[in-house]
Amino acid sequence: MSLLIASLSFYLVVAATVVGAVIAVAARNIFHNVLGLALSLIGVAGLFLYLNSPFVALMQILIYVGAITIAICFAIMLSQPLYLPAPPRNPLKIQGAAFGAGLVFIFLGLLTRQTLWTPAAERVNDWSITTIGHYLLNQYVVIFELISLLLLVAMLGAIVTARGGRGSA
Amino acid sequence: MATTVQSVSIFGMIAGLIGVMALVAVNALFLIWMERKVSAHMQLRPGPMEVGWHGAIQTIADALKLLGKELITPREVDRPVYLAAPIVIFLPVLVSFLVIPFSQNLIIRDMNVGVLLILSFAALTVLAILMAGWASNNKYAVFGAIRSVAQNVAYEIPLLITLMSVILMVGSFRLTDIVAAQSRVWFILVQPVAFILYIICATAETNRAPFDLPEAESELVAGFHTEYSGMRFALFFLAEYTNMFIVAALATIFFLGGWRGPFLPGVIWFLIKVYAIIFLIMWFRWTFPRVRFDQLITLSWKILIPLSLANLIITAFVLKLV
Repeated sequence: MSLLIASLSFYLVVAATVVGAVIAVAARNIFHNVLGLALSLIGVAGLFLYLNSPFVALMQILIYVGAITIAICFAIMLSQPLYLPAPPRNPLKIQGAAFGAGLVFIFLGLLTRQTLWTPAAERVNDWSITTIGHYLLNQYVVIFELISLLLLVAMLGAIVTARGGRGSA
Repeated sequence: MATTVQSVSIFGMIAGLIGVMALVAVNALFLIWMERKVSAHMQLRPGPMEVGWHGAIQTIADALKLLGKELITPREVDRPVYLAAPIVIFLPVLVSFLVIPFSQNLIIRDMNVGVLLILSFAALTVLAILMAGWASNNKYAVFGAIRSVAQNVAYEIPLLITLMSVILMVGSFRLTDIVAAQSRVWFILVQPVAFILYIICATAETNRAPFDLPEAESELVAGFHTEYSGMRFALFFLAEYTNMFIVAALATIFFLGGWRGPFLPGVIWFLIKVYAIIFLIMWFRWTFPRVRFDQLITLSWKILIPLSLANLIITAFVLKLV
């Protein structure tokens, strides 16, 4: 019974991820694209939950669905109005995007084949908050700081871009 | 043996779900009545008096009326998003109840990431408001949604940082650990600044007056839910009042010692504290005038965020020194 529920919810989560990703790419209304992205990200959070890391799953929802999606919505509000007819699709761009995505897919596929996976039962370290905290502040502290530097640069860039205001543009 | 454990947990989940549904419904009915009574008495009126004792079942009559109303879908709306928005706003509210400890044992699932669960699902509410406003295809709705999102994004940051200073003291995200850490003294006495900051941010997060710009009746009709009628409107209302319960419950757990208290059982103490906080939030609504939008955003970015960061740093220093 519970095994059935578990596999059902797994396929539900996978379906949410894939369907959301398709909407995010294929829909013509840009607001629908964002909602598709949100659905896909919630699906990914479900996958993390399925991998027994609720902390990462919740962070996924808090940061990606709660913050990044909303930030994209703000960007949409600054873009051209939706009632104007959307420009036609450029086939060259579609091919380029498909090629790029295909390369990433092949790379990740090869990576998953190369990695030696340990089943959950044998895994010693649980991906709880403590483990991630120790990793971030000991082993990967340089990377952690570099990422925060990147965010700082992005923030400064946003301030510089926005400083002129609407009047001077 | 394994099967019995399994069945017990499934039974527990179902019982929990039914309990949460009942609590959400009863809480909303009670809070709407309470809001009417509180507002009435603050304006020297009696409020609803006709249906039941002092109008106690007035909201049930209103709910029945809403159930019987026609669901109007305007022609120009973005249909799938318009229909999904009330569901999306209501689901995360239910999930939050999963981790709230009503007493020592009355908790559905004691997760070690309890606070984060509530906060991350609260973030979904913003998305739902945006969906409702945008899909309604109505300028008032879009304005309400934009205001709501700007406000929620601004006030989520000090809210998280403020709660973080308490979490730093306890060293755990688990809500029962936070209550257990207050066995000697409530955190409202240790962290008074954090409590005030939290109440301000919570009032703003639930879109309550004086921060009710997303649904300012005199400017925006009803804000993001202008185009919703009948039970769909009721779902937004239900979500709003349940959100009030959740932020008040978090305040109780973080600052008022949770279920702890003499003589009475834990659940009673918990509910007394929660409704006292809700009364405080209602009190704000009927005593403070609505702020202007630039004041609202300035308050968050220029006062609350620096204050909460300073509070966090001071907490960290004191913890390191002691």
